[in-house]
Amino acid sequence: FLICVAIRANYPLYIRSVPTQGELKFHYTVHTSLDVVEEKISGVGKALADQRELYLGLLYPTEDYKVYGYVTNSKVKFVIVVDSSNTSLRDNEIRSMFRKLHNSFTDVMCNPFYNPGDPIQSKAFDSIVSTMMVQAC
Amino acid sequence: MEDGRMRVKCNFSGDQKFLENGRCVSKLESMGFRVGQGLIERFTKDTPRFKDELDVMKFICKDFWTSVFKKQIDNLRTNHQGIYVLQDNKFRLLTHLSAGKQYLEHAPKFLAFTCGLVRGALSNLGVKSIVTAEVSVMPACKFQVMIQKM
Repeated sequence: FLICVAIRANYPLYIRSVPTQGELKFHYTVHTSLDVVEEKISGVGKALADQRELYLGLLYPTEDYKVYGYVTNSKVKFVIVVDSSNTSLRDNEIRSMFRKLHNSFTDVMCNPFYNPGDPIQSKAFDSIVSTMMVQAC
Repeated sequence: MEDGRMRVKCNFSGDQKFLENGRCVSKLESMGFRVGQGLIERFTKDTPRFKDELDVMKFICKDFWTSVFKKQIDNLRTNHQGIYVLQDNKFRLLTHLSAGKQYLEHAPKFLAFTCGLVRGALSNLGVKSIVTAEVSVMPACKFQVMIQKM
């Protein structure tokens, strides 16, 4: 399974999972992963080069799943939760997933009918995420 | 008597015009705000993360200004306590208006949108601010950014 979340100012704008049941238990995981994201971007004891990257990499592995993070310059956080058994997903594939998410999110932001802070209801965004998740699973 | 009545009429429409102007200027500013938010999302998509507030302001002065106005800000000054003054000596929206003091009173209309643009861009980068503009001799103008501590 696979879950994608977009978060702005600590509340989610978009949550999507494959399969669609059992989303609730991942809310907790995503919430705790936000703490890790905060820690990483505040750069406690990290080399300067790492701080400037948008992709945060593996946030923390638990026994059941792996959590990856990405923060945009506009402080929007993307989190992807992947099943630990899914070992076929490599780092650069996760990176490209985040890139696609960021690109679609930028399009949503530029839509004059979208109000920043509202939940994302764009069909285009949905279809990009669907294709991406189907490819990954 | 007639003169008196006419004078009252004129005053009223003068105030109305003043109010309308004020409403239009703030509407323009808020439109600029929303556009600034979207633009900054697109412009910072591939840039590395900003180090600090000064880094953000430099980005606005160089990359952002170049993408929108095809030139950079000519001078950036700061008091290092949250106030920045961005000086553009040949502001693109004023160059065709006049080259001196003529039409100075009309300048605010053309600056409102840009003030909103800067405020929106900064807001999406996590910086809350108040942006105002002043013109003394066209086409040069100064944008003053006051950072609000959240």
